[in-house]
Amino acid sequence: MEFEIKIGLETHVELLTDSKMFCGCSTKFGTAPNTQTCPICLGHPGTLPVINKKAFDYTIKVALALNCKIANFTQFHRKNYFYPDLPKGYQISQYDLPIGLNGYLDIKLNSKVKRIGISRVHMEEDTAKLLHFGETGRISEATGSGLDFNRCGIPLLEIVSAPDIKNVTQAKAYVMLLKKILEYLEVSDCNMEEGKFRIDANISVKKLGDEYSKTRTELKNLNSFRFLEKGLSYEIKRQSEILNKSEKLYLETRHFDSKTMTTKSMRIKEEAQDYRYFPEPDLVPIEISREWVDEIKKTVPELPSIRTDRIKKQYDISDNDVEIITSTKSMADFFESCAKIYPYPKIISNWIIRDLLYLLNQEQIQIENCKISSEHLVDMLKMIDTGSISGKIAKSIFKEMFKTGKMPGDIVQEKGLEQISDIDKLTDIIEQVLKENPEIVTQYLSGKMQVFTFLVGQVMKKTKGKANPKLVNELLKKKLK
Amino acid sequence: MVKERLYKLSAKELSDLMSKREISSYETVKDIAERMEEVETIVKSYITTNIYKAIAAARKIDKFIYKKKRIRGGKFIYRTKNIEPLTGIPIAVKDNITTKGIHTTCGSNILGNYKPIYDATVINKIKESNMILTGKTNMDEFAMGSSTENSSFWTTHNPWNLNNVPGGSSGGSAAAVAVGETPLALGTDTGGSIRQPAALCGVVGLKPTYGLVSRFGLIAFASSLDQIGPITRNVQDCALLLNIIAGHDSLDSTSVFKDKEDYTKYLKEDISGLKIGIIKELMGEGISNYVKGAVYKAINIFSSLGAFCEEISLPSLKFALSAYYIIAPAEASSNLARYDGIRYGLRAKKVKSFRSMYRKTRSQGFGDEVKRRIMLGTYALSRGYYEAYYLQAQKVRTLIINDFKKVFKKFDVLISPTTPSVAFKIGEKFEDPLTMYLSDICTIPVNLAGIPAISIPCGLKNNLPIGLQIIAPHFEEGLLIKTAYNFEKKFNFKLKPLYRKF
Repeated sequence: MEFEIKIGLETHVELLTDSKMFCGCSTKFGTAPNTQTCPICLGHPGTLPVINKKAFDYTIKVALALNCKIANFTQFHRKNYFYPDLPKGYQISQYDLPIGLNGYLDIKLNSKVKRIGISRVHMEEDTAKLLHFGETGRISEATGSGLDFNRCGIPLLEIVSAPDIKNVTQAKAYVMLLKKILEYLEVSDCNMEEGKFRIDANISVKKLGDEYSKTRTELKNLNSFRFLEKGLSYEIKRQSEILNKSEKLYLETRHFDSKTMTTKSMRIKEEAQDYRYFPEPDLVPIEISREWVDEIKKTVPELPSIRTDRIKKQYDISDNDVEIITSTKSMADFFESCAKIYPYPKIISNWIIRDLLYLLNQEQIQIENCKISSEHLVDMLKMIDTGSISGKIAKSIFKEMFKTGKMPGDIVQEKGLEQISDIDKLTDIIEQVLKENPEIVTQYLSGKMQVFTFLVGQVMKKTKGKANPKLVNELLKKKLK
Repeated sequence: MVKERLYKLSAKELSDLMSKREISSYETVKDIAERMEEVETIVKSYITTNIYKAIAAARKIDKFIYKKKRIRGGKFIYRTKNIEPLTGIPIAVKDNITTKGIHTTCGSNILGNYKPIYDATVINKIKESNMILTGKTNMDEFAMGSSTENSSFWTTHNPWNLNNVPGGSSGGSAAAVAVGETPLALGTDTGGSIRQPAALCGVVGLKPTYGLVSRFGLIAFASSLDQIGPITRNVQDCALLLNIIAGHDSLDSTSVFKDKEDYTKYLKEDISGLKIGIIKELMGEGISNYVKGAVYKAINIFSSLGAFCEEISLPSLKFALSAYYIIAPAEASSNLARYDGIRYGLRAKKVKSFRSMYRKTRSQGFGDEVKRRIMLGTYALSRGYYEAYYLQAQKVRTLIINDFKKVFKKFDVLISPTTPSVAFKIGEKFEDPLTMYLSDICTIPVNLAGIPAISIPCGLKNNLPIGLQIIAPHFEEGLLIKTAYNFEKKFNFKLKPLYRKF
């Protein structure tokens, strides 16, 4: 039997502001529990919220980048429900007047473009973190629970896609592109391990030809690309099997269990929960003027797909390489700042892809945090070009730069790695090598050309790799004539 | 010569004497403490008294007031020539305004043990003005009520007649001012909670324009209606206290940017030519005849002062009470959701899950009236009912705002009774919430419109005071003070409980 699938993704992104959404507390990650709180984010009686302007600006920026219409009038609503991680008993969120509406994102798969609608982009506040004590950390086996309010009130962006996604591959491509755009916009570090980029999915499966029923599943806890893939695949399979057996699907919320890689039902919804939304009376409605939007527009950088195309054309780099180089904004920035001061982009991209990425992966750090700047790389490349170091030596210099952040010239001087290009000196060494290997010379002269590299190797060995290989080749050939 | 008791003096009189160094802040606070000894067990205005800290604070202020310096010729003069108005003057604060380290119960068991970790903006302002906090006054639980009978702790007695209620919800503040347990008090007004008890206790109560006084630190009942305001013995003190508490606050997004005004400058001008509208809808059915009589007498006084009075109609007012009892409970149902026993306040014992902790804590912590309004509000916001109730009520609110706008094109101020009758007996309306709700019928429209109004005494019935309400357009507190001041001068009301022995 054939099935059709409809997936809509809800993404929650913590914004990269210094202070929280409605108070002045710090948003720093990883500090001791409940050290970044105040009466306002703890929901103490009598406190009132004041909107973080920067978070608001960021939301407009994201909505613009996702091709949304920006509301000229927007408002916050209260979403009412009881849970220990929600200190006020309601979350300040948005309802019928979100900041961004009706946008889209174009994903590329096998060089075909698929457009995914963006239903809405809105702002809300994050909740506290519930911690369950005990060996497993699961609520069912907990010996006790604690609350960390450091996260409570951090500005959160909710991006809701239309149910335009038809399969797991598209879902993954959508999330990857979305994450890349947010990183390009520099509004979030999208760190998935730290829970700053979280995905929920709505999945609905039907038999080909049937109507979609309202029995979609809301799938929670898809907090890595792998979990997204596994969770969606499992859920599609589960729903298809139920339909195959002609059994009933329920409108339910399911939780992805990353240990078993399966999904578990949390609750079956008779009707959608009633959050009793109403306009937040503690905040005044906001008019977003044309000028305000124009001001934010100026801060939207060149977006990934456009940049990828441009870099490809401008620097004539292969499809594969350009994908890697523009995979993050900081990598593309690094590439372009090198390309500005060095005329051979292909060489730059080779060094980034082969050497820099290798070291970054090995050390598990981001390019913006590494010690190599564009000046480091370009200085080194110029030294290769002038023949003052060999390509082989350059590899070890590169590693040294990565480790210490020293400039290539300094490393060469310190370690005496300067290439030997002195003809007299090289001629002496070559004569010595020829004298020491009379049989090899005979072999060569009798037509066994492949022994030539052995002789070059001997010269290199004697100079500890510092001999200029091009020159060695030339001089050796001349001597052997 | 027997020195006159200081507790009887107004804040302005006390302040003048202090400026002349004829009395000290300590003597003032001491005398008020004595008055509290005499009456508090009978009237029960306060939930928490702060008298020891108050005395210490007064001594500290006196040191500053009496600090001398030597000038040329070997003479001593006071270092500070003119002390700020209200420096060293006592003030009582309603128990729904947060005071750091001092119990703030909101009249509720659920906050019975709650000590805030921060001061409300108005508390910061009265501290900066060197005023002295005498204590936290009794109120209906979460300001829901018109008699203080809904307080989780006790009912305050009306000092005019101890069998009667003082009104509410700021009943403790009004009674304390009337009986001399403080010259000044802060109340809060969501549907009449300053003006109604002021009327019933024979004192002056002002509800400022929504947004004039910061709500930061006011424990919310209905956020779009709540305002903090002064309760005083005369209009002059009212103006002085409003000077201190008004002003923009960056911690309250609904607080308004506005130049600071000196409201005492309105205490002089006359009101000849003032156009006064008498609200027809609040002079009809449900209003006692003696109250109407007192209002008509007030109209005569205004006419004699050269004002022009005419009856006008605001047809939408007949829907005000219904709209209010949708909007206020709706907001309250959400505002009171935070009392879950997790972080502060009451937590029920012997619970098996957090759901049962919520249920038990809230069942034990809240009183009947609060529960009634939470249920009402939850219902009004529920899916399928929201449009029929909440949205309709908001539309009524718009109609009321428009009606007021319209009449203010023609009139400078409007007048009406503050309450339909004088103070009722304790227990009289307690079992009948709907009748109780009608106590606020004259005051509620003002909150829905967000405009300012003042209540001043305008007569007596069976030795119980009657209140006159004066209403002005947005931010026209000056006009209210001017109108009320001129009336007060002519009317000459005697606040008997102040001189009464208990």
